[in-house]
Amino acid sequence: MSALTERLRPATPERFAERRARRRATYERPGVFTYALLAAFFAGSAFPLWWSFVIGSRQSSDTNLVPPAVVPGGNFLANASEVFATVPFFQALINSIIISTAIAASVVFFSTLAGYSFAKLRFRGRNGLLVGVIATMAIPTQLGIIPLFMLMAQWHWIGTLQAVIVPGMVTAFGVFFMRQYLVDVIPDELIEAARMDGANMWGTFWNVAIPAAKPAMAVLGLFSFMAAWTDFLWPLLVLGPTNPSVQTALAALSASGGQTPDNSLVLTGAVLSVVPLLILFIVAGKQLIAGIMQGAVKG
Amino acid sequence: MRPWPPVATLTPLTRIGRSMSSTSTTSTTPTQRDTAKSRSALTFRQKLSNFDYKVSPFLYIAPFFILFALIGIFPIVYTLNVSLYDWHLLKGQGDFVGLANYQSVLSDPFFWNAFGNTVSIFLLSALPQLVFATVIAALLDQTLRGKTFWRMSILLPYIVAPVAVAVIFAQIFNQYTGPVAGLLDLFGLDPIRWAFDVLPSHIAIASMVNWRWTGYNALILLAAMQAIPRDVYESAALDGANKIRRFWSITIPMIRPTLIFVVITATIGGLQIFTEPKLFDGRTNGGGSRQFQTIVLYLYELAFPRRDFGRAAATAWILFIIIILAGLINYAITRAIRTNDVKPVKVSKQRPYVTTTYNGGRK
Repeated sequence: MSALTERLRPATPERFAERRARRRATYERPGVFTYALLAAFFAGSAFPLWWSFVIGSRQSSDTNLVPPAVVPGGNFLANASEVFATVPFFQALINSIIISTAIAASVVFFSTLAGYSFAKLRFRGRNGLLVGVIATMAIPTQLGIIPLFMLMAQWHWIGTLQAVIVPGMVTAFGVFFMRQYLVDVIPDELIEAARMDGANMWGTFWNVAIPAAKPAMAVLGLFSFMAAWTDFLWPLLVLGPTNPSVQTALAALSASGGQTPDNSLVLTGAVLSVVPLLILFIVAGKQLIAGIMQGAVKG
Repeated sequence: MRPWPPVATLTPLTRIGRSMSSTSTTSTTPTQRDTAKSRSALTFRQKLSNFDYKVSPFLYIAPFFILFALIGIFPIVYTLNVSLYDWHLLKGQGDFVGLANYQSVLSDPFFWNAFGNTVSIFLLSALPQLVFATVIAALLDQTLRGKTFWRMSILLPYIVAPVAVAVIFAQIFNQYTGPVAGLLDLFGLDPIRWAFDVLPSHIAIASMVNWRWTGYNALILLAAMQAIPRDVYESAALDGANKIRRFWSITIPMIRPTLIFVVITATIGGLQIFTEPKLFDGRTNGGGSRQFQTIVLYLYELAFPRRDFGRAAATAWILFIIIILAGLINYAITRAIRTNDVKPVKVSKQRPYVTTTYNGGRK
């Protein structure tokens, strides 16, 4: 209606201006203000990391310069080699890579298997069990550390990598995540067709479900890897100082100076501990963002 | 098993026809005996196939349930058992003491100190985080140039592990040598004893949580905002609603389920905070006078330095119950808000916003 009457009114220059203004209100392009704010948030995000790198490449006495030091010095390699001399950081890197890779592979495999079964196969008690999975997602498994620690001690696993890997091998979230993805992405007809063609169940899973699940598997693997990499409490309990993960090594490094820690040494360690995930972030940042946003919207 | 054609080449109808004819022709020979043989082989194969069909679903979920029972359910349940005994880290199980461990924890002023600290740090981190995440999400929910860059830039802190965050922020908030101290000095303000006083230490720890999680939550909220149909905004704009008005009257009500979800995950994570307060001063368990000791840190101190598994287990269950209660309170508040609502904006054909997202192993 209004559009009709509008068109009937004479098209004076004022009318054009009015219409243009209205259109601008609707499809407003973000102005300088938006970009300035975003840049400020970016600066806030990046400052602590950048500052760590700057101090890590200088000396401890440079920490409280005003204005804060923003240009890296030339000491980074010297500090880095001192980090490697103070704590078994190289061992820690290898350990963390093994732990995180094993956990990510295991979570992805078992979650895809169970998620596929919940999404696409028919069996007695399916819905009840799925509700069980969803309910256990909310359980803070961190609170079971005491019996888990006793179990590891009984198995003589304290100080070994499997003590960190095994408790992380499955998550209820992973199963739910894969189920939600697969339920939409594979048409039931495809599975029936595979069966008609004489494929057994495993063949169907391997040749139909896995190829379809790959994008979600990548996202789940990425998040599982990061979660394992950044975990601290459990590795602190079960890994000794001689066989640390990156996180426990960094914690040991920060405590190494006693009352007078070497600040730039500690910050160099912090920077070194971030580098592997930073590389992952640069390579797979888009997938990470998509994963977070999908997880939020899909449900 | 026959080789399987790649999925893309599958065309169900023709395939079914071909496969049926192939099973009936390949292995059959004219003689009577062979026919009988092949029939029995076929029935065996059918039986196998049926068995496969019935059992496989269970086989596929079994590894998850077995492992999860071992590493997820059993520890939580067994914690309850441990909490009822005198239980020493090295000496093992002692006498049955009933609820005495719970009693002693609940009457321990240090527990309530830890409880207060946890709630305080949680509130100081959750509220600013929510506000900033919403603002950032709204900024990102526009036709930006270089949107991937901006999204990645705010997610950057998320890849920094809590240990590194704590180590870095402990330096930033160092009372004598940190840049914050330098800044305060520049403005002629008195130095703040970040690691010694209660509120400053809570602010420092909360800022670590805020720094790491704001961008992550902003992306979740951004996803919810993008699910709002654009024509709602357009008609509001045509009706003369300005940007601010559209934000309050459309965006906020429509992302409310996601906001609630973010609050709930922040609560579950916030009540279990450990790494940041532990490493803010690594030589203590939450400060020289426990000024920033949280519940999990209290639990850790009981279990390991003091080797009292019984009381630590009781603390774990108390915390478990607190988390459940917090969830229920969240739920109740949500329902109260929803029923008091003045007609929420309803849009048909809308994707469900949220039930879950990966919390990235948030502790």
